[in-house]
Amino acid sequence: MRNTMLIAGKEFRSYFASPIFYVVTAVFLVITGFFFALSVTRPAADASIRDLVSVSQFILWFIIPALTMRLFAEEQKLGTMEMLLTAPVRDTEVVLGKYLASLGVLLAMLLPTAYFPALLYWFGSPDSGPILSGYLGLILMGGALLTVGLFASSLTSNQIIAFVVGAGIILVLLFIDAVGGLPGANPPVFVQRLVAIFQYASIRTHLADLSRGVIDTRDIVYYVVLAAAGLFLTVRSLETRRWR
Amino acid sequence: MIEAKGLTKHYGDFIAIEDVTFKAEKGEVLGFLGPNGAGKTTTMRILTGYIPATSGDAKVAGYDILTQSLEARQHLGYLPETVPLYTDMTVREYLRFVGKLHGLANGKVEKRSGQVIDICRLGDYRDTTIGKLSKGFRQRVGIAQAIIHEPDVLILDEPTIGIDPRQVVETRGLIKSLGGEHTVILSTHILPEVSMVCGRVIIINEGRVVAMDRPENLSNRLGGASRIVMDVRGPDREIVQTISKVEGVKAVHGENLGGRQRYTVEFRPGKDLREELARLVVNRGWGLLALEAQGLSLEEIFLKLTTREEL
Ligand SMILES: Nc1ncnc2c1ncn2[C@@H]1O[C@H](COP(=O)(O)OP(=O)(O)OP(=O)(O)O)[C@@H](O)[C@H]1O
Ligand SMILES: [Mg+2]
Repeated sequence: MRNTMLIAGKEFRSYFASPIFYVVTAVFLVITGFFFALSVTRPAADASIRDLVSVSQFILWFIIPALTMRLFAEEQKLGTMEMLLTAPVRDTEVVLGKYLASLGVLLAMLLPTAYFPALLYWFGSPDSGPILSGYLGLILMGGALLTVGLFASSLTSNQIIAFVVGAGIILVLLFIDAVGGLPGANPPVFVQRLVAIFQYASIRTHLADLSRGVIDTRDIVYYVVLAAAGLFLTVRSLETRRWR
Repeated sequence: MIEAKGLTKHYGDFIAIEDVTFKAEKGEVLGFLGPNGAGKTTTMRILTGYIPATSGDAKVAGYDILTQSLEARQHLGYLPETVPLYTDMTVREYLRFVGKLHGLANGKVEKRSGQVIDICRLGDYRDTTIGKLSKGFRQRVGIAQAIIHEPDVLILDEPTIGIDPRQVVETRGLIKSLGGEHTVILSTHILPEVSMVCGRVIIINEGRVVAMDRPENLSNRLGGASRIVMDVRGPDREIVQTISKVEGVKAVHGENLGGRQRYTVEFRPGKDLREELARLVVNRGWGLLALEAQGLSLEEIFLKLTTREEL
C-alpha cells in the first residue's frame, strides 16, 4: 500500500509538471463548454447535463489515452523500468499506483466542469438526480477506460503507439453495440443473444441510463468489471514483458 | 551471497549466455570482464530478476531469484547499463523516491540521500533537474541510487563509464570500500580497473565463462613462465641462435644494454624453461647477470582468452 501511494504520488506530481495535463484539460473544457452552451440555449431546453455527459464520452475517447500513454511507455524509453521492476515492489503495486494517479488526474480534469451544473442551479432549478448520476457515470466510465489506456501503454516504449492502440480499443468498446444492426429483421434466437452481449459490452449503452438518472447495478458492474479486467491485463503484460 | 548455477539465456535461436556458474562470498568484489556482447549485462539482468533465465537458477542473499524474487530484490542494489533516471525530477527528489521504493522510512531517506549525495560528490547539483545533468553526473546519480538503501548485494553494470579520471579513482575507491560489508559484482571493459578493485575476476566470452580466478593468479596460471627476461654477457648472435634452438621456445628478442644484452624469450606455456636456459648459458661460459620469469598482463590474458587463438 505504501509503495502504491508512493508511485501514485510521484506519477501525480509529474502529471502537473508536464504540459499534457493542461492541454488535455483545456481541450476538454472548451469542447464540453461549447456543447453545453448549445444544449441550454436551444428552444425549450431542459436544465440538465445530459448532452454534456453524452458528448463527454466521445471526448474521453481520445482524452483518456492521451492521459495514460506516458505511464509505462516512458518508463521503458527512459530505462527506469529496469529500476522499477528490480526494486522490491510488486507489479500490482506499480500498476495500481499509476492507475490511482491517472484517476486523480481525471477527477482534477472533471472538477472545473462543475461550473456548468453550477450555472444551471444559478439560473434554474435542475433535477439533481441525473446530474449526480451523470457525473457518477462519467467517473465510472473514465475510471474503466483509464485501465484500457494503461494497458496499451504497458505494451510499448513508444507513446504514440500507446495512444493509437488505446484509442483504438476504446473506439471498439464505444461502438461495439452497432453490430446489433447487422443481422436484419427477425434474426434467430442465438443471434439475438449475441447481439445482446455486444450491446452489454458497449460503453455507450451504460452511460445512457446513468445520464438519465437511472442507476442500474448492471451498469455499475459493467464498468467495475472492465476496470478490473484492464488492471489485470496490465499486470500480466508487465509480467510477460519480463519474459520477452 | 550470490550463487549462480548453470545460467543460460536464449533469445530465440541466439544463445546470449550458456551455463554461467559462479559464487560470490560476502564481502567480495567480483569483476565481470568480457568484450562487447559477451553476456555481462544479460547475466546481471538475470541476477536482478529483470529478465528470467532460460534455464539454470540463482540465489541472491540466500533467496531464489525466481521463487523468492521480492525478498531477493530487497537485498539488492542495481545500477543498470542505461542509468535509470527520471529526467523531470531533481537529484534529491529522485534519490528520495528510490530510497522509499526500497523501503527506507522517511527520516532515514533524508539522512541517506544526504550521505550518498556527499559520497558521490553531487552536492552542487542536489536541486538540479536530472535532465540537465551531464553524462558523468548522471552516472554518479546512478551509483547513488544503487547504494542509497545500503544493500547487501550490489550489482553495477559498467559503473565508471563516462566519469572523469579523478572521479573514477574515487569511484573505484568507493566500490572497493563497499566490498567487505557488501558483496559487489561489477562489469567493465577496463582491465586495470579489475586488478585495482576486484578480488576475483570472471572472464566471459561469447556467453561462456572462460576463466575465473584472482587477478594475480590468472596471470600466474596462464602467463606463468611463458616469458623469461634474461640479461647475458656474451656474443649476441650465438646466444640468440642457441636459445632459439631450445625445445619449446617460440621467439627471442634481444636488445643491447651496453656491454650486455637483454633477451626476452617467449615460449609455449605449461613448461618452465628457467633452469634449462640458465644451465645452457652457464655451460657455454657466458655471463648470466639476471634471469626473471614474467607473467602476462591482464590485457594479454584477456586477449588470449577472448580470441580464438590456441595458446
Ligand atoms: N533483448 C535481446 N534480444 C536479442 N538479443 C539480445 C537481447 N539482449 C541482448 N542480446 C544479445 O545478447 C548478447 C549479450 O548481450 P549483453 O548485453 O549481455 O552483452 P555485454 O557483455 O553486456 O556487452 P557490452 O560490453 O557491450 O555491454 C549480445 O550478442 C546481444 O546482441
Ligand atoms: Mg553490457
